[in-house]
Amino acid sequence: MSKGHVVIVGAGQGGFQAAMSLRQEGHEGPITLIGGEPGLPYQRPPLSKAFLKTGEAEKLALRPQSFFDAKNITLQVSTWVDAIDRTAGQVRIGSKVMAYDHLILATGTRNLRPPIPGIERALDLRTLEDARTLRAALSRPCRIAVIGGGFIGLEFAAVAAGLGHSVAVAEAAPRLMARAVSPEMSERFRLLHETLGTELHLGNGVTEVNERGLLLKDGTEIAADLVLLAAGVCPNVKLAHDCGLEVKNGIVVDETLRTSDRQIYALGDCAAFPCARSGRLIRLESVQAATDHARAIAKSIVKGESAHYSALPWFWSDQHDLKLQIAGLADPQDESLELPDGTILRFCSDALTAVETVNNAKAHMHARRSLNSGSSPSKTQYLEEYLGMAVR
Amino acid sequence: MIKVTYVAHDGSRTDAEGELGDTVMSLAINQGIDGIIGECGGSMMCATCHCYVDEAWVGATGPRLDGEEDMLESAASEVNERSRLSCQIKLTEEMDGLVVHLPEEQV
Repeated sequence: MSKGHVVIVGAGQGGFQAAMSLRQEGHEGPITLIGGEPGLPYQRPPLSKAFLKTGEAEKLALRPQSFFDAKNITLQVSTWVDAIDRTAGQVRIGSKVMAYDHLILATGTRNLRPPIPGIERALDLRTLEDARTLRAALSRPCRIAVIGGGFIGLEFAAVAAGLGHSVAVAEAAPRLMARAVSPEMSERFRLLHETLGTELHLGNGVTEVNERGLLLKDGTEIAADLVLLAAGVCPNVKLAHDCGLEVKNGIVVDETLRTSDRQIYALGDCAAFPCARSGRLIRLESVQAATDHARAIAKSIVKGESAHYSALPWFWSDQHDLKLQIAGLADPQDESLELPDGTILRFCSDALTAVETVNNAKAHMHARRSLNSGSSPSKTQYLEEYLGMAVR
Repeated sequence: MIKVTYVAHDGSRTDAEGELGDTVMSLAINQGIDGIIGECGGSMMCATCHCYVDEAWVGATGPRLDGEEDMLESAASEVNERSRLSCQIKLTEEMDGLVVHLPEEQV
């Protein structure tokens, strides 16, 4: 039975899930969950979606305070860990130290702030506080410019356009969500946003943010009262790096999500872990990775199991009335094949890597089961299976 | 206030009082009821808020919504004709007194 003190640095969805899963698995020792932001751990996905419309912050909390009390999880909010002393097995918080038997790094990411003149004028959308600021700004008509045509930027653009604001999006890549979806899917969302009246500037990076709005690479000026920066994130790795753990676009962990120090794990957005399918080191920014990592780590700590982590990645994005769902993980250069029902299959040398769907939960769930079953189906196999399902 | 009773797999009952617009999932989470996880926050991306609506309340809660059926296929416990994703059951006045049963496992 596990009785040691587990310290979790980071109280986002992954850190919270780790604490909860440890108790569910039967961990008896103390658990301390440390978060830098004030307040109860909360869900981030709605910040760029429902919250902007409703402003219902109380609905975002992952669990009430009574849950933490009942589960005997010590929640320390507005607290930043300054350093990890691996030799002593301690974290340092200001002038205090806290001993750990197991340490879980769930430090997440922060917004990437590219070195563009005037970028300090742009707002972020990452925390509840950021979302509150943006929501307040949306209460009166304004001209909005979004830097970055990824999930967050586009979700925000869809909400803002829906509320009647004039919206422009500038994306340096030639297509939307280029890192996450096929060119066909990018196109579909380009049409959606243009239909919503949003001005899209693709393949046209931002060179300056000023009092008038944005200046783009080709000289185009976008007039804006509000600029949102949504150009990606970078993992929070400083604590790990400073204590000598390996860092490579994330805190490097092995198949069991442990760092090179057996007492220290990393999870979610800040962790670079070996992909069970390709073997490559990957870092995912998703609720799925955060919670699946957390459950695996809790099992490992409580049961001493060190099963290799192999959960299938999945993602979603809600933009206007389109729900994009992605099962699996494709490289931007993977082939794509669009089926008559709009489902897009991605392949890498004939093996299925991901399935992209819009408003089609059935096809999405089918893909999740199919990709989860161990070896990736081939193009022929999957098409036969898929068409068979459509006929039934 | 709309009263909802959650019956855990072991038969233990917990009563909670929600408001119009709460869902059976969000109320369970706010009350710290163990048998509901609600991992995706009600985005219909998982099936970790699976519940069985008590027979007497099937009429009040109505049929499954679009897409719910497909997500339920991935539920960890057995799915029957009374299975719902509790995030898709929005409380109405007619549901005052609602009883839902929770599955053994959600993940």
